[in-house]
Amino acid sequence: MMTTDTVKNPRFVAESQTDGEQVDTGLGLSPAKAALKRARGHTGLKIGFGIILLMVFLALFAPWLAPHDPYVQNLPMRLLPPAWVDGGEWRYLLGTDHLGRDYLSRIIYGARISLAIGIGAATVGAIIGVTLGLLAGYFGGWLDQAVNFLVTCQLAIPSLLLIMALVFVIGQSITVVIFVIGATHWVFYLVVTRSATLRLREMDFVAAARSMGCSRFQVAVREVLPNLSNQIMVIFTLEVAIAILSEATLSFLGLGIPSPMPSWGLMIAEGKTSMFFQPWLVVLPGLALFMLVIAVNLLGDGVRDVTVTDRRS
Amino acid sequence: MASYILRRGLLALLVALVVSFGTFALFYFATDPAQTIAGEDAPPEMVEEIRQEYGFDRPVSVQYVAWLGGVFQGDFGESYFWKQPVGELIREHAGVTIILALSSLMVTILIALPLGIGAALKPNSWVDRFALSTAVSAQAIPNFWLGLMVIILLAVMFPIFPVSGDATWRHYVLPALVLGASSVPAVMRLTRTGLLEVLGADYIRTARAKGFMGYQLIFRQALRNALLPVVSVLAVQLGHKLGGSVVTESVFSMNGLGRLAVESIFNSDIPTVQSLILIFVLTFVLLTLAADLINAWLDPRIRMG
Amino acid sequence: MNTQPLLDIRNLSVEIPTESSTLKAVRGVDLELKRGETLGIVGESGSGKSMTALAMMSLLPPAARRSAACINFDGADLMQASEHDFAVQVRGQRIGMIFQEPMTSLNPVYTIGRQLKETMTLHRKVSESEAEVRAIHLLEKVGLPDPASRLKQYPHELSGGQRQRVMIAMALMNEPELLIADEPTTALDVTIQAQILRLLRDLQQELGMSMILITHDLGVVSRAADKIAVMYAGDIVETGTTEEVLLNPRHPYTQGLLECVPGYRNGALKRLGSIPGIVPSMTGTVQGCAFASRCPRAVDTCRTQTPPSQEISPQRMYVCHDPQETRDWQPSPAPGLSQDMLVSPSQGQTPILSVNSVSCTFSVRRGMFGKRIPLRAMNDISLQVNKGEVLALVGESGCGKTTLTRTIMGLQQPDTGSVVLNGQRIETLPAMQRARMIQPIFQDPYSSLNPRKTIGEIIGKPLAVHKLGSRQEQLAKTYSMMELVGLPRRVFNSYPNQLSGGQRQRAAIGRALIMRPEVVICDEPTSALDVSVQAQILNLLLDLRDELDLTYLFVTHNLSVVQHMADRVAVMYLGEIVECGDRDDVMLNPRHPYTRALMDSALSIAPGEIVPDLGLSGDFPNPMNRPAGCAFNPRCPIAEQVCRERAPAPEIIGSSLVRCWKAQPSSDRPIA
Repeated sequence: MMTTDTVKNPRFVAESQTDGEQVDTGLGLSPAKAALKRARGHTGLKIGFGIILLMVFLALFAPWLAPHDPYVQNLPMRLLPPAWVDGGEWRYLLGTDHLGRDYLSRIIYGARISLAIGIGAATVGAIIGVTLGLLAGYFGGWLDQAVNFLVTCQLAIPSLLLIMALVFVIGQSITVVIFVIGATHWVFYLVVTRSATLRLREMDFVAAARSMGCSRFQVAVREVLPNLSNQIMVIFTLEVAIAILSEATLSFLGLGIPSPMPSWGLMIAEGKTSMFFQPWLVVLPGLALFMLVIAVNLLGDGVRDVTVTDRRS
Repeated sequence: MASYILRRGLLALLVALVVSFGTFALFYFATDPAQTIAGEDAPPEMVEEIRQEYGFDRPVSVQYVAWLGGVFQGDFGESYFWKQPVGELIREHAGVTIILALSSLMVTILIALPLGIGAALKPNSWVDRFALSTAVSAQAIPNFWLGLMVIILLAVMFPIFPVSGDATWRHYVLPALVLGASSVPAVMRLTRTGLLEVLGADYIRTARAKGFMGYQLIFRQALRNALLPVVSVLAVQLGHKLGGSVVTESVFSMNGLGRLAVESIFNSDIPTVQSLILIFVLTFVLLTLAADLINAWLDPRIRMG
Repeated sequence: MNTQPLLDIRNLSVEIPTESSTLKAVRGVDLELKRGETLGIVGESGSGKSMTALAMMSLLPPAARRSAACINFDGADLMQASEHDFAVQVRGQRIGMIFQEPMTSLNPVYTIGRQLKETMTLHRKVSESEAEVRAIHLLEKVGLPDPASRLKQYPHELSGGQRQRVMIAMALMNEPELLIADEPTTALDVTIQAQILRLLRDLQQELGMSMILITHDLGVVSRAADKIAVMYAGDIVETGTTEEVLLNPRHPYTQGLLECVPGYRNGALKRLGSIPGIVPSMTGTVQGCAFASRCPRAVDTCRTQTPPSQEISPQRMYVCHDPQETRDWQPSPAPGLSQDMLVSPSQGQTPILSVNSVSCTFSVRRGMFGKRIPLRAMNDISLQVNKGEVLALVGESGCGKTTLTRTIMGLQQPDTGSVVLNGQRIETLPAMQRARMIQPIFQDPYSSLNPRKTIGEIIGKPLAVHKLGSRQEQLAKTYSMMELVGLPRRVFNSYPNQLSGGQRQRAAIGRALIMRPEVVICDEPTSALDVSVQAQILNLLLDLRDELDLTYLFVTHNLSVVQHMADRVAVMYLGEIVECGDRDDVMLNPRHPYTRALMDSALSIAPGEIVPDLGLSGDFPNPMNRPAGCAFNPRCPIAEQVCRERAPAPEIIGSSLVRCWKAQPSSDRPIA
């Protein structure tokens, strides 16, 4: 088929040198390098990334970092205030809860639960939402209408109530919470994936791939999907934040992580009864939640800012 | 236009039916209402008797249709747990939720719209930075925790407002603030990006070339276009708030529909959960329908299809 | 009449700060415009021509910084005017402006009437009804039928051409002294373009306005402007009367640009000239002449010293060192295979691709719940492409060109009829086999390359998909293809966003050709490119045709490109081929009234000539609302009763196939 492949026509070479446009190497970086360069100058992203790194470190090495076992009760030592407040003890840096468990250790272990649920649920949601969005956007037709109807239904249900009902019916555990939150938080992925796919589907590189003999499935996965990665990454981080908050809310209402696990939301619920006298029981886990979620959001906003590429630059 | 409304209305109804049947089936397969009514320690014969008496042995679709038939006649059934008609229960609790939802929507509008518009008019100014950091922080604060903090601060340390309950208007101030704050980031961001997008549109450049400037440009040229997405998001937010502000109501111990729903779930009170979900879904779909109609009125492209 | 110029701009500059540096979009522009005169500002994309206009109107993007010695408008310096003065006294009142994109330039939520009237009531103390009278009067003047009822319509109910007419009427509401038209016809089809340009010229003469016409199209400016300013990299490099600049260009850039235009040198089939390199990015300090890096006459002085303006007469000037050493340089076509390419070497009569009475109807849903309406995209289309030839497919947007090319590539199933490629029906060919025989090249090089893949991956992808050869062999073939299409080896690992438009189009060509297809469908391959880059790509395509023995189906709306490239031409209108035949027959002797109008609307560079009246009425119809009888009859200047009743069948006249009841024998062509 390709017999004349080694054509070395001197005239073409001559033209390519005199006529061909110069690559202005200062003009553009590859997409990944350009994003990295912008990331280095993005304060919010760096702060968010730093906090998350710290949280992940705490979660991974919790057994070595926590001063006490988070489950061991020490009733004589119950409801100790943080060490710097009158009546506090330096052994219990952040005080103890109503069962005398070390609050610092419980908060450190709590990072594990929040991160696991955040990442797990956001992954479950991503798998559902991206798959449906890609199918609906790329293949269209009745599939698209069916998916749209599903989205309308999902949006119409008060999602917290649905999650609570599901957890109540299935039973309380980390896995259940991950899957239930994931299964109710895929709409955002779907909407973005679908509209991006609809736009990409009309791009000529998709037609080019089709006309070189690729199947529709190949085109959807190999040509369209890689172009969605930035947007999916951004939604993923935002959904991690939402999942963390959902779990906390759920546990606060008593239908999330079962006691005695150190979920921050559950800790707030347990502290609520004595919050007028021991406000730190409510304030501290809340602050931990706030820090983690704001860090994830900063990271997400940052990723969005640095990956926005000017198509025609 | 009439057929547009009709089709949207039918779609809304279909969504409500599908969702309510889904929840009905979920509880049908996962719980045993006869046991619930009889109580945990009831003897098996008694449970069986109740099962037959209430018709729980019929197929799920038959039970659903029977229940739905009742709903169309205004009969939502009898609560297993509170032992009173569900319709009555809902009427007792709805007022709190409606007042709370509407007042918190006002809070959202009063904070989010001015911030969003201000931020869009002067991008990268201090207003914009303030608005964005407000949004980022508000998004990260767990709403129930914000409620507790507000109680500690404004009801305990500085006892300006009551801690909990729903007796007077003063009881609604803190919950409305907290619930309203939860929608501020979404509404504010959308207002900002929507207005920014409109201000960058070609037709705004045309309007400037015609001699429009300042407030005339914003109010006579840009605002109507920028409002379109905001109307939709406000409808969604109001829908969520009317759909049981579960968290706020339980933090402030208010007897609204959200709390009613939570307690019904905890007690496997199927008729109540059922009816509430149907009402929430219907409310939501009708609100988004209303938003679509407002948008159709604002935008001739939608109106004329 | 006073001889003072209406507009006098001195040393206008615009700077736009970017992430890392400052872009000098406009660098010290001087302009002068007398009353009643039309100035054409010509330049390629990025030359700063639109920025100059926006700076005049103080409508620059918020980040941009403007400076000038003065912008005198009728004796008053606009540089001293506040934003408030500008809005109240100048914009829309004394200077009107029209933009490129009629589809997005009108506010979608307000009626045409409101938008027209407010232009007047904003500036003058007139009543609503007075403004309405004026609005109706102007809508009638710009050629919109039934103007009174138009006032109640919304922009989305009008076509692009109609919207541009409304924009013009709006700009004229307050009888401005100056009208600035920024690429007013670029987004429109050629027949509409001719109508709009004619309208602008008539209105300008009638109202005695001055006009600034900004365009990249040398053909347009040659017909519409009294004098021309050529812009390059933010500066004016040459000015003079239209005739002087276009027929006797002095600046090497103007000379090079004109050589790039197909058909500028009358002997059509010559190789096009080209300007090597790309416009340098105007950031930081600019040393010497901005054109020096691409100039064939450049000497050392050009690179180090700012070029002087050479004044030939008060109205004629060019900015160039005009070095002695290279004075005898002559503009000439770019080097290549042959200077003349009259007949394709391997052109024969063996059909390689034939389309046999293909029809296709879509059902289109309006809105999410709207009714399904049939849209006949192709109606009984037959075509034959012979081995080695270039068949040009010409038609305006919405005529069904895209559906036809998709059908030919087997990506769209026709309702009836068949496409036969090399003796085999295309729908029976497996996708992989089809792909080795026929390949597309697309219009927009920004959308035809996957932004997430490197150039090497993109060009070599067909080989990988078809598993042709080992990894090494694939690499070798990719490199040799890059060489063939004139891409340097170093861009192998670059991403599309790092390449210029021309380079991307070269990569797209490489990808299409790497499997050595026999037929290539070129879908407007140069219409997204600047004219100097277009010339490079057209030259490349012709060279490759000869080198690789290719057959092209060349879809385009640009008739000078057709004139330059095609052996035969097929003209499409509303899903039908209305005329098809040898290039010279069709172009010089059109038999179908639509072809005739189309050929008349092609604006070659002809200073002194005006835009012809096409005699077409109305706009391109909505394909969902096909007229009965001959599809062209509502616009046709010579339609009769039979045309309104029955659709004509294709008929062979001379060497052409024509679909018209009133097709003329070749000799007696009436003057339209």
